[in-house]
Amino acid sequence: MNSDYSDIVNTSKKQTRRKFLDVILGAGFFAWIGAVLYPIGKYLVPPKVADISVDSVEAGVIGEFPPNSSKIIRFGRRPVIVFRQHNGDFHALSATCTHLDCTVQYKSETEQIWCACHNGLYDIEGRNISGPPPKPLAQYQVVLQNDKVIVTRGEMT
Amino acid sequence: MGIYESLNERLYLDKIVEFSKKKKVPVFYGTIWYYLGGVSLFLFITQVVSGILLLLYYQPGVATAFESVRFIVSKVEFGWLIREIHSWSANLFIFFVFIHMFTVFFAKAYRKPRELTWFSGMLLLFLAMGFGFSGYLLPWNELAFFATKVGSDIAGSIPGIGDFLLRLLRGGDEVSGATLSRFFGIHVAIIPAVFTVLLGIHLVLVQVQGMSIPPELEKVPEKDRRYMPFFPNFALRDVLTWLIILNVVALLAVFFPWELGVKADFLAPAPPGVKPEWYFMFMYQTLRLLPAHVWFIEGELLGILTFMVGGLIWFFVPLLDKKAKVGERSKFWNWFGIILIIYMIAMTIWGYLV
Ligand code: HEM
Ligand code: FES
Repeated sequence: MNSDYSDIVNTSKKQTRRKFLDVILGAGFFAWIGAVLYPIGKYLVPPKVADISVDSVEAGVIGEFPPNSSKIIRFGRRPVIVFRQHNGDFHALSATCTHLDCTVQYKSETEQIWCACHNGLYDIEGRNISGPPPKPLAQYQVVLQNDKVIVTRGEMT
Repeated sequence: MGIYESLNERLYLDKIVEFSKKKKVPVFYGTIWYYLGGVSLFLFITQVVSGILLLLYYQPGVATAFESVRFIVSKVEFGWLIREIHSWSANLFIFFVFIHMFTVFFAKAYRKPRELTWFSGMLLLFLAMGFGFSGYLLPWNELAFFATKVGSDIAGSIPGIGDFLLRLLRGGDEVSGATLSRFFGIHVAIIPAVFTVLLGIHLVLVQVQGMSIPPELEKVPEKDRRYMPFFPNFALRDVLTWLIILNVVALLAVFFPWELGVKADFLAPAPPGVKPEWYFMFMYQTLRLLPAHVWFIEGELLGILTFMVGGLIWFFVPLLDKKAKVGERSKFWNWFGIILIIYMIAMTIWGYLV
């Protein structure tokens, strides 16, 4: 009788001990998996490279821009389209279509900005006028210094 | 002691031989469907072999990728052939995986006990499309460059994880050399490794469970069903289809070469005719047709969400189709499949017309 009883106590003690070990081992196992996967996951995400902060880029000399012509230049890490209208006015817009990221081009016949990917159209101010683009193109400023065409970011004073 | 005996003592070859002897294939109007999985397998092997050969000359990197592929097709003896075979067999591979999936769907082969086979097959299909998407960029030509920009931009508009996914895919904010390195690693190492494991599982499941037959045929008493032995009858037919397919690939490669195009240029405007590979076309065309805003939600977003939900439903068909579980055909799921096929074909054709 007595020994039976102590047996039960013993097994249940053993069981709680086993359970305890199971939990520790299980948690340890998952922690180990985590410790393996975490660095891999982090490694896959490319580091944020500081945007090459440029405020102005020289697009070339005025002579390279006959009226009604255009050129795509690298502004930091992004392309910017610089174009000159019939009347000689210079404009610069982000060249990345706001629809799905294609690079736009200047349509000299109509003086519009056109994206060949899905037929998106913008006016010379970058406003989306037809096709799928949901937003206007960001505007840049063009400054003429002597004979140089300089593109700068944002508003000029 | 012969070689067979001594190997048998160690590797239990007798068991394998016995298993293969018993392996049989049901003979009925749909026997031909059973070749499709094998054809897909053969095309995958073709891809691995031709891909590894390309690797010997291909050099990833913005300054070298395009040039190295041009070198392969113009200077290396039979280089053009290897590249054309890799491109053509890639397309046929995806085509046959799709057909294989649909025949399996209509034969209700996904029902118990083969749910896991269906799941592994679906994952293989997704990976195959990943193979195509990542491989497309590798020659670093203009069309691929912009198609990748557009494709990753679409992935980037998934709410919540979009930005993260976009950077993960591109290896940065823009499609650049970092994207090319990443796609290269994904294409020749990550997907092949995962694909091989899943394919192994898929094939083991098929071996263990044997070929399924459509529900109607299951009602036929066993003694009235017809079979052919797998070895050698079916296996030889398999090999014959593989030979035919290889010849078709070779003919296509010779008579309909894939153009290399012009090298991608960060500062060039997108050319007209930027489009994804044909197996993405039905989704792409749908997104293109959706208006900018549907009700209160962005059209593109609605399209993406619909495809995600649709994909999940398709994936979980074995769990959703309650009738198949009891060995009946569900009208609903039949029509679901038929309408899906019509939709995909119609959208694909439309996508190429505009
Ligand atoms: C282990 C397997 C594979 C390896 C090692 C491999 C390797 C390569 C390499 C080195 C290239 C660049 C050369 C080139 O562009 O011509 C490439 C391109 C490509 N791969 Fe693969 N590949 C494999 C499997 C696959 C599979 C299964 C597909 C199926 C969809 C595929 C689809 C493509 C495509 C569409 C291209 C672009 C072909 C072109 O336009 O030139 N690859 N692959
Ligand atoms: S990416 Fe420019 S219109 Fe679609």
